[in-house]
Amino acid sequence: MRGTQVNRQSAERPPRGEMTAELRPARRLRAAGKGLAGTVPRGVLLAGALLTGGLLTGGLLGAQSHPAWAADSSRSHAGVESTVVGTGTPTAHRSLADLRIEWPDREQLMRVLLLQDYNTRVVLAGTVVLGAAAGFVGVFMLLRRRALLGDVVSHASLPGIAVAFVLMEAGAPGNGKWLPGLLAGAAIAGMLGVLCTKLILRYSRIKEDAAMAIVLSIFFGFGVALLTTIQNMPTGNSAGLNHFIFGKAASMVAQDVYLIGTAALLLGLIVSATAKELRILSFDERFAATQGYPVFGLDTLLMALVTGVTVIGLQSVGLLLVVAMLIVPAAAARFWTNNLSRMTYLAAAIGALSGALGVVASALFPRLAAGAVIVLTGAVLFAASMMVGTRRGLLVRWLNHYRLQHRVGKQHVLRACFELLEHRFERDANLSRDLTEHLVTEDDLLPLRWWTRRRLRRLLARAERDDLLVGVRDGSYRLTRHGADAARKVVRNHRLWEIYLIEHADIAPSRVDRDADDIEHLLGIEVVRELEQLLAEQHPQFPVPPSPHKIEPTTS
Amino acid sequence: MIQEACELLGRWDSYDSWIVLTAALAGMACALPGVFLVVRRQSMMGDALSHTTLPGIVAAFLFAFYLKSRGWISAEVYEAWRHAAMFAGAMAIGVLSAVLTEWVQKRGRVEANAALGVVFTTLFAAGLLSIRLAADSVHIDPDCVLYGNIETVVIDLWPGTGIPRAVVVNGGVLVVNLLLVFVLLKELRISAFDPALATTMGINARWMHYGLMAVTAATLVAAFETVGSILVIAMLIVPAATAHLLTDRLGGLIGLSLAVAAVSAVCGHALAIVAPPIAFRRLGFATVVDASTAGMVAVAGGLLFILAMFCGPRYGLISKWVHRFRLQIRIASEDVLGLFYRLGEKDDAPAVVPAARLQSTAVGALMSKVALWQLARAGEVTSAAAGYRLTPAGQLRAERLVRSHRLWETYVAKHFELPDDHLHESAHWVEHFIDPELRDELFAELSEPTKDPHGAVIPFAAEGEPGTDDRPETRPS
Repeated sequence: MRGTQVNRQSAERPPRGEMTAELRPARRLRAAGKGLAGTVPRGVLLAGALLTGGLLTGGLLGAQSHPAWAADSSRSHAGVESTVVGTGTPTAHRSLADLRIEWPDREQLMRVLLLQDYNTRVVLAGTVVLGAAAGFVGVFMLLRRRALLGDVVSHASLPGIAVAFVLMEAGAPGNGKWLPGLLAGAAIAGMLGVLCTKLILRYSRIKEDAAMAIVLSIFFGFGVALLTTIQNMPTGNSAGLNHFIFGKAASMVAQDVYLIGTAALLLGLIVSATAKELRILSFDERFAATQGYPVFGLDTLLMALVTGVTVIGLQSVGLLLVVAMLIVPAAAARFWTNNLSRMTYLAAAIGALSGALGVVASALFPRLAAGAVIVLTGAVLFAASMMVGTRRGLLVRWLNHYRLQHRVGKQHVLRACFELLEHRFERDANLSRDLTEHLVTEDDLLPLRWWTRRRLRRLLARAERDDLLVGVRDGSYRLTRHGADAARKVVRNHRLWEIYLIEHADIAPSRVDRDADDIEHLLGIEVVRELEQLLAEQHPQFPVPPSPHKIEPTTS
Repeated sequence: MIQEACELLGRWDSYDSWIVLTAALAGMACALPGVFLVVRRQSMMGDALSHTTLPGIVAAFLFAFYLKSRGWISAEVYEAWRHAAMFAGAMAIGVLSAVLTEWVQKRGRVEANAALGVVFTTLFAAGLLSIRLAADSVHIDPDCVLYGNIETVVIDLWPGTGIPRAVVVNGGVLVVNLLLVFVLLKELRISAFDPALATTMGINARWMHYGLMAVTAATLVAAFETVGSILVIAMLIVPAATAHLLTDRLGGLIGLSLAVAAVSAVCGHALAIVAPPIAFRRLGFATVVDASTAGMVAVAGGLLFILAMFCGPRYGLISKWVHRFRLQIRIASEDVLGLFYRLGEKDDAPAVVPAARLQSTAVGALMSKVALWQLARAGEVTSAAAGYRLTPAGQLRAERLVRSHRLWETYVAKHFELPDDHLHESAHWVEHFIDPELRDELFAELSEPTKDPHGAVIPFAAEGEPGTDDRPETRPS
């Protein structure tokens, strides 16, 4: 008894940090005000984790100072393809429709998996950090229902890259590909794109979807026009700029990874510091506004964070696919949990994992481009999460649905048995009132509900398995003691609810049966108690109140 | 600068005309499905389709190549097969992306945009990978898909004619799309604006959706090959959105978006020739000759969109601003007239009111000056030596205004429990929007009052003399 009470109590109180969206509105205030305070130390914790990650990355890169490092850096900055990841030695000649994948030999496998190549380590560190940061920021973007914003930002950043290149070439010829400068240009253009979307939304009758499509296509078109122009420039080693479109993880060098790592760390710190505000913004913008949070500022901050992730992802994943890094891990994490902070960590982990797997795969199979493999890995993780995720996964939901159907079917059989016997009792007062003494046949039950003979047979067999019925001979059953109790309970629920509907919801007696049909299986013990109290005076004849309408076998 | 531009445009020849024609045809072909994407609010679906068709194209290439390598089709018909397969592949992948998105959204309970994002990036990544894997048999350069080769359309001629193949292909797609729109206009219209009604009329909204996706994808693919994906994405949505700023009718939307697509093709190519040399010469790069036409057509589309956003006749920002400014002037001048009248009610009222007193209205000194100028121009006040004087026309309008004000105050006092000092505020706003009929109704409803709640006399102004109709909408300004 005590045990059940404790259980009930704990069931009533949602665990701290449960998503506010799933709470009842009256509780939102409390949860938002109080529960969120708990996330701040977690945020600090997370910042610590990121910092450690950054330090580890640094250690990983610095562990073995590679002699080729300087040469490497200059090479890829000059736009020459670095050859360790993604390219490999091209096979001399292949038959034309040959789609075979070359399997790596054991030595190569070990080299990649044990991270013996300096370049693999560099690229791996870069994409892992990027994936984690993207998952981290993407959660808020997803919850704020701005999933495609990242797409706008990434497309809009192209002219920024081109303009930055032109300006840097004009200022100091030959230095056009200084990465921080290019990324700064990309960030500015990306923010400008978002701003344009907002302006179009604010000052014209164009809807959001069209505004996003317009901005991204025009900015992208402008960027491409600029890129083609740049190819004509005398200094024009612009070949490398194309890598920002499709991504080229292999061209990453340690310096770039330091840049990406620092930026990701910064983004992570900002998210941790503003986790509470972003959380309120994501779930209930109006509530945030009434609480005095600077909604516009926070919105801009979120845009800036998205832009930040997009920009640092340009180099490895490419601007056409970087939006996947933002959406996919967050959407995948949503299947596993209802708790925001858990979801953020999970999304970061999924992002990092897909980054790592993508890079390893592309190191093992030279023909696979890292960016696409990263996205596909993410997609596989998403599909897996959608299937087996413990909160919203399809399997879990199917299972729940199946269980409910099972229970409902069982209760339908029981109620049909009860009503059949009740009918007999009414006609013949001499019959024994013991429910377990009478036989019910399949043919008796069939006209009572809208069910087919096949389904009825299956339900009967299942009820027999659950020890609710005993099969006497072919097609005849008798309720067990256990079954009789259950039948009484379910009929009582049904009739209590019917009476409640007639008395309080003013529903015609001819219609209550069907309405009660839906709810009888779900009535909790408290509701039943309340109903009993409420109706005790009018209908004192326990254990089962009589049916408020005439029970007749439905003719199906 | 203009001279430079003229000189550059002077080199325009038949090549340029063919390029513009190709871009215009491709843009117009894309604009047609774009109109329906915009009115159905599925623009991002169009953007997503432009990514997802890539795996469809690759699959089609591989299929045709497989047929050829097995010797089932000869080299002569290879191209035709490849094209047919490409269209089929694109349509299949268009429907597939729609179905997948819907599935992820409904089954996984993922938000619509996120579902779209997951599906299109995945399919696009798959396409990119398969290009790499099949690179030896499929000669698709991702860059080429992106940028297109519209500058070289003239090289590839349709066999037996002097017309570039791209013109024929895109023109054909345009004709097919026009036919589809013409035949299915009713169904498209109803299912776009009222899916529920469409369903009751027996039009399957879901199949319309899939059909639109398939047609969009096929159009995209045809244009991809010739003009590149940039132009396609821009021409899908931008012309339709521009037209949406200019008109409310579906027919107008279709016609205008076709026109916008054509105009942006012309302007885009001209920009591509003119803008880069001029801009880059100033930065010190003299060798830059032109930019990608596809990109610049997108930019031109954007410029047209901005133009429509500002100068649209009904929804344009400028017309909105003008409208608002006119209303402000009218309110200000009526406030000045009301002030005139109230000053005239006092016993020691001067016939000529000094300008300084008139400028003390709530609208501010500058607006009152503009208002006085406007009134003088309309002949409702005349300027005298020491100030201004009301003309008979001005007197009549002022009386009507004050009559509206005081009737409204009486009406509000009768029907709402409000203290007397709360009556003025609402009447001060409403007086500008009460027409003669409403005045008569108020007068009758209040059983012909003579005084307002403050005790001031309600002036009796005759209504409807010719030429002095005081409904401000019809007043020439």
